Amino acid sequence: MALDMFYDILSWCLIGLGCFFVLIGALGVLKLPEFWSRLHAASVVESAGMILLISGLCIQSGLSLITVKLILLIVFLFLTGPTATHAVASAALVSGMKPKSDLKEPQDSL
Amino acid sequence: MFLIVAIVLIISMILVLLRLYFGPTLYDRVLASNVFGTQTVLFIGVVGFLSGRPDFLDIALLYALINFVGTIAVLKFFRYRSIGDIPVHNQESE
Repeated sequence: MALDMFYDILSWCLIGLGCFFVLIGALGVLKLPEFWSRLHAASVVESAGMILLISGLCIQSGLSLITVKLILLIVFLFLTGPTATHAVASAALVSGMKPKSDLKEPQDSL
Repeated sequence: MFLIVAIVLIISMILVLLRLYFGPTLYDRVLASNVFGTQTVLFIGVVGFLSGRPDFLDIALLYALINFVGTIAVLKFFRYRSIGDIPVHNQESE
């Protein structure tokens, strides 16, 4: 009896943390001043928020087909999330949006 | 309980939509739509749990696939001015 109560608490903690990170990431995407810092906030949502939230759902659903689908979802989002963010960053860089660095003259031009 | 999670997800989706609206550059908008897609995937998963219907997760998985491909397609279009089906050799693509 205590075991599934423990699972329940654990899954709700994970889901709560996941929600927290998704909210913080979304707030960061909105509030951060510049594209490159927004990039960081976006990857907070894609990695921390997503993994915590879905692993919380996994524990909530126990060992069943739902958990298999959720794990598949985690693996896929974990692969494509950072890749998409990287693609956006490199596309922005190629198109000439340079991050403002405080160095007077950049040593290596990308 | 899942309702609270769904409401928090909706709030964060609205925040990202605001960035999509205000985003000065194109890449802000592409980034915001990518994050919005990921949040939609999570939202579909949570609603699936909320309504007790496990088949929502297939929709979430499908949406994750489409979201990624959509982001890459938009980037590729604005990079090469074409999705790549017709070999356009314009001068600025090295």
